[in-house]
Amino acid sequence: MDYDKEFDASGLACPLPIVKTKKSLADMSAGQVLRVIATDPGSVSDMAAFAAQTGNARLSSGEEGGKYVFFLKKG
Amino acid sequence: MPTKKMAIIATKGTLDMAYPPLILGSTAAALGWDVQVFCTFYGLQLLRKDLSGIAISPLANPAMPMPVPMPVMVAALPGMEAMATSMMKAKMKKKGVASLEELRSLCIESDVKFIACQMTVDLFDFQRSDFIDGIEFGGAAMFMKFAGETDVCLFI
Repeated sequence: MDYDKEFDASGLACPLPIVKTKKSLADMSAGQVLRVIATDPGSVSDMAAFAAQTGNARLSSGEEGGKYVFFLKKG
Repeated sequence: MPTKKMAIIATKGTLDMAYPPLILGSTAAALGWDVQVFCTFYGLQLLRKDLSGIAISPLANPAMPMPVPMPVMVAALPGMEAMATSMMKAKMKKKGVASLEELRSLCIESDVKFIACQMTVDLFDFQRSDFIDGIEFGGAAMFMKFAGETDVCLFI
């Protein structure tokens, strides 16, 4: 999937993947796509909840090479 | 959708108990919530300029995992609190857990409002200069005004 920006949250524990994803989205425009990589297993459900509550669409959520990869479309 | 609100009363000043208000505060702010944290009694420690004195004690804390079982009489020895604190901080760093300083900065950046309870500030003879800039000072009525409008209100 194409994306406009990437944020690597590898090694970070709750709540940093979410809080810093929010920061990464701040300077993006509506419709742009952010790719987030994380190693915190809790980020899978947290990212879904973040997307649901903020109006940023979670386009996909999966695993790649032992890491969690999310694509978020800024709302 | 109207902005959601959360109010937290932070009353504890140990390393483990300093985390939840800052974790929930920074997360709720990231979700777009309005957040206020009212710090009273030992929760005032969260607002001090220097957070390095915040510690954790193995004493009277049987739930704390220890590398070896530790009798209470050993946990009470001088230096054990400092040792437990530095071990906990090292473990947190290794596991990617943010420091209290970082979480507090993230809260402030995202407009979490911190209020120091004036009564306990006076009780413990704190000076305003002991605390970080940008906080407010107030009492129970000021907290209740905001707390009464919140979706989530927690006592920690």
